[in-house]
Amino acid sequence: MADKISDETMEHVTKAKNKISDETIEYVGILAKLELSETEKQNAKADMEKMLDYIDTLNELDTSRVEPMSHVFPVNNVFREDVVTNENHMEETLANAPLRGGDSFKVPKTIG
Amino acid sequence: MAKQYDTVIGLEVHIELATKTKIFCGCSTEFGGAPNTHTCPVCTGMPGSLPVLNKQVVDYALAIGLATHCHITQVCKFDRKNYFYPDNPQNYQISQLYLPIARDGWVEIETGSGKKKVRIHEMHMEEDAGKLVHDEWDDTSLVDYNRSGVPLVEIVSEPDMRSAEEVIAYLEKLRHIVQYLGASDCKLQEGSMRADVNLSVREVGSDTFGTRTEMKNLNSFKAITHAIEGERKRQIELIEEGKKVVQETRRWDDNKESSHAMRSKEDAKDYRYFPEPDLVPIVIDDEWIARIKNQEPEFRTEKLERYKKEYDISQVDAEILTESKKMAELFEATAALCKKPKKAANWLMVETMRLLKDNAMEPQDLRFSPENLASLIDLADAKTINSSVAKEVFEQIFLHDVDPKAYVKDHGLMTVNDEDALRQTLTEVIAANPQAVADYRGGKEKALGALVGQTMKAMKGKANPGRVNELLREML
Repeated sequence: MADKISDETMEHVTKAKNKISDETIEYVGILAKLELSETEKQNAKADMEKMLDYIDTLNELDTSRVEPMSHVFPVNNVFREDVVTNENHMEETLANAPLRGGDSFKVPKTIG
Repeated sequence: MAKQYDTVIGLEVHIELATKTKIFCGCSTEFGGAPNTHTCPVCTGMPGSLPVLNKQVVDYALAIGLATHCHITQVCKFDRKNYFYPDNPQNYQISQLYLPIARDGWVEIETGSGKKKVRIHEMHMEEDAGKLVHDEWDDTSLVDYNRSGVPLVEIVSEPDMRSAEEVIAYLEKLRHIVQYLGASDCKLQEGSMRADVNLSVREVGSDTFGTRTEMKNLNSFKAITHAIEGERKRQIELIEEGKKVVQETRRWDDNKESSHAMRSKEDAKDYRYFPEPDLVPIVIDDEWIARIKNQEPEFRTEKLERYKKEYDISQVDAEILTESKKMAELFEATAALCKKPKKAANWLMVETMRLLKDNAMEPQDLRFSPENLASLIDLADAKTINSSVAKEVFEQIFLHDVDPKAYVKDHGLMTVNDEDALRQTLTEVIAANPQAVADYRGGKEKALGALVGQTMKAMKGKANPGRVNELLREML
């Protein structure tokens, strides 16, 4: 993220209908395990407010009599049998590792 | 007078299902494979990969739900639980929040203070995460995704337990039900059964709950008992000091016998659950439920009662025999073949248990056939072999499932019932051991044992020790 408050952000601040508090952005940062600078927080806040404003469009429709949909296709019960079909794909899997330690993915130490 | 406190405990139990493949892909679930050898784009969360549900997972979950008297959700579906942690490469876990497969059940437990029902709030299906190995020196962790996508059910109880004893009884009950169903091996130490303990305390007589904490990393009954006692004490101390219990997840350290806070508990809304778009709903019709119900085995509680009545076996013995389904099946088959249930019970409870322990095996690992044990019991009963030979042969049955008749014949282990040969040997033994003979005649009863031993040795263990004893007394 750029370390300067973008023009878009400046322009947005005055128009946003939804407001995200400093506490919320702080908490979302913790959940996402991100450390954000002050400017990054301001930019992220503006982005999220814009998203919420956009999603608000949906509230213009009356959905009180529409059953919530969990899936777009009218299909149920798609199963597979319990049979091993995959072979050892270790090398293909590890090809995606940004860092490799032996035959494992290596990541910054995470406990908790 | 000091205030009295009740402990209020609810459990979240995760059980790894005994399927051959993972919940959403055809990777093997075999335990102990080299790191990342059981992985594919689905279980490592590669973009564009599509999960397909393993039908056996639903069968097992249904069986457990029905056996724990749950109401089955006949239209159920999966949801995404979003969180960021390197054990979870998708950044979400596929689980069930809104329509879990089973709800509102109960199991009955029995403790020193009698019988009691523990209610089950809900049970859902979900996928397991990968395994992190933390490097002590380097500031890194290594991740193995072999466990990622292994099917689990999570059984959430109501806060109905009041002591460690009740918690253990509840876990044992669940373990027996699930093992008898063949749905999991439920090994706490290996992590195929895991329990998180939600605990709060409140003053006796209060009907509101205190603030609870959740304790993780409990991998033995001993650890669970210690953690419950430790956490109860910690919360009471906080309250007595006028402080507040914080709602948080704590990690139990069994070596230090204490717990520490891991993180403040995330709320359900923090996980931003939403319906899983890559999986279609599951519709479970009455026929499917009936099919699973029909396959239900006789459970431990029922077997216990039947053994006591049908075989006239004590409560304690029946408990040992029914501890695992494997042992119970061996017992019933052996008893039916040799028609000597008491003797069959004895071989299983004494020698089998001893050999299991010596070989660090579990009852599930037993491989010998009831035919061979029954045949051994018949041989010993007919006095074709003596009891020490029988034990020796049993060890061969236990290890290699040998046919005892053939084994006894091939190794010449039949008891020698030839009286003349026995008398001849005894005469020689008496002549060769004048001191022992004199001691016995002088009133030392113990000296007889030495002479019996010498005779058995001379006869290569094939004599009947009772008869040797009788004849010796007679000849002396």
